[in-house]
Amino acid sequence: MTRWRAAVLVPAAAGLAALAAWEALVRLRGIPPYILPAPSLILRTLWDNLDSLLVSWLYTIKITFGALLLALAGGVVLAAAFALSRTLELALFPFAIALQVTPIVAIAPLILIYVDSTTASLLICAFIVAFFPVLSNTLIGLRSADPNLQDLLTLYGATRWQRLRWLLAPSALPYLIAGLKISGGLALIGAVVAEFAAGAAGRETGLASRILEASFRTEIPKMYAALTLVALTGVAIYLASNALSRALLGRWHPSERL
Amino acid sequence: MSAKIELAEVDKRFAGGVEAVQALSIAIEPGQFVSLLGPSGCGKSTVLRLVAGLERPTAGQVRVDGLAVGTREAAISYVFQDPTLMPWASAEDNVALPLRIKRIARAPAREQARQALAGVGLADRARALPAQLSGGMKMRVSIARALITRPDALLLDEPFAALDEITRHRLNDELLALWAEQGPTALFVTHSVFEAVYLSQRVLVMSGQPGRLVADLTVDLPYPRAAVLRLQPQFLQHCRRVTDALERDRLPAGAGRP
Repeated sequence: MTRWRAAVLVPAAAGLAALAAWEALVRLRGIPPYILPAPSLILRTLWDNLDSLLVSWLYTIKITFGALLLALAGGVVLAAAFALSRTLELALFPFAIALQVTPIVAIAPLILIYVDSTTASLLICAFIVAFFPVLSNTLIGLRSADPNLQDLLTLYGATRWQRLRWLLAPSALPYLIAGLKISGGLALIGAVVAEFAAGAAGRETGLASRILEASFRTEIPKMYAALTLVALTGVAIYLASNALSRALLGRWHPSERL
Repeated sequence: MSAKIELAEVDKRFAGGVEAVQALSIAIEPGQFVSLLGPSGCGKSTVLRLVAGLERPTAGQVRVDGLAVGTREAAISYVFQDPTLMPWASAEDNVALPLRIKRIARAPAREQARQALAGVGLADRARALPAQLSGGMKMRVSIARALITRPDALLLDEPFAALDEITRHRLNDELLALWAEQGPTALFVTHSVFEAVYLSQRVLVMSGQPGRLVADLTVDLPYPRAAVLRLQPQFLQHCRRVTDALERDRLPAGAGRP
């Protein structure tokens, strides 16, 4: 109980203290809002622009989670295929690495040209950023099953499918979750960065477009308001992936043992 | 009566040139309890892996029931030095694994698993995860899993080496009771002279690398054996013979005894 309370209270207190210091600094020094807005002003701006910001927020969330789901599905399927066929891995893994190491801002303009729908191109961009950690972690997980258990399954004449179900999939799960924790944040980064590259084009737009617009008009408080929503989304993804990890691994995996 | 397990002039060389086993010939009668004793790295485990079909001999023949290993699925079970349990699965699900691979439905497989666990004194721990069990308990689960398929050959690779002496003695007695009840041919690898003599009808002594057979000793002590046997002169006499065989091999030819 005390542990839990400390885990919530300490970071909350630290956060509030930082905000208070920020507020005090702005007020005491009389820093103008177009240089650094106070937290209270950011909050008020957020409230005043809630309607337009919420629509953009939902759009960014849609791109982020869409890309994350695609990354999860694509990464896991590809990792399973690589685990079953060494040849396939040798053939395709270099492509995955090339996609991973090429900065997304450099690829995004091309994708935006090739793909008609802005939403689809943003999804593709965020997917490219997010899928590699899932792929590479799951692949490592599939390869790190206990060799003795592997022998045991061989001895009992298990089929490939049984091996995957009884041994490889559960062994890979902790690695997959670790990959997902990274990919969750990356999907959000991908969604925002790709939208920056796209510019404020298209009918539906996300938080990046709000930040761009506000910067053109030097509405610094509004930039901060949109930024706050991006940051909160990232924190929410982090907390959700931790909760998922605890739910799936909490009973047996050392990484979740308190 | 023909041999249950037979190795004829078996050589095993691993990639990299390590010669694990050299010109090894062994024949084990059905239902016999045989120990394979030797210093670390003498190829004892390799012999078990050859019999289980997990390794192929470089030369010579390994036969189970008169047939070359791998030609048909033999009812062989294997107990590793580590308990080798799936950390995500309960004790009963671990024990049920061989049955599940043989496509027996979950409910009847679990029911059999609970009976097997009761047979090793773990009726009340069926739902426990491996992390919640002591080392001795985990090994009991491992033995229950090995016996659930009613194998007619049981291969044990130093299963009790990592346990404390009290637990080890207890498990020796339990293993003998289960062997007497189910009657499989047992091939038990150990580096403990006392354990080998206590358990077996025959002790095969192997030399250091590459593994060769240096002695084949009969232990004509009656079953059931009980703890008190460890203090009796005829037991110690057998231990002495086995130790002498080990020592003879260790000393260079022509060297006198110290």
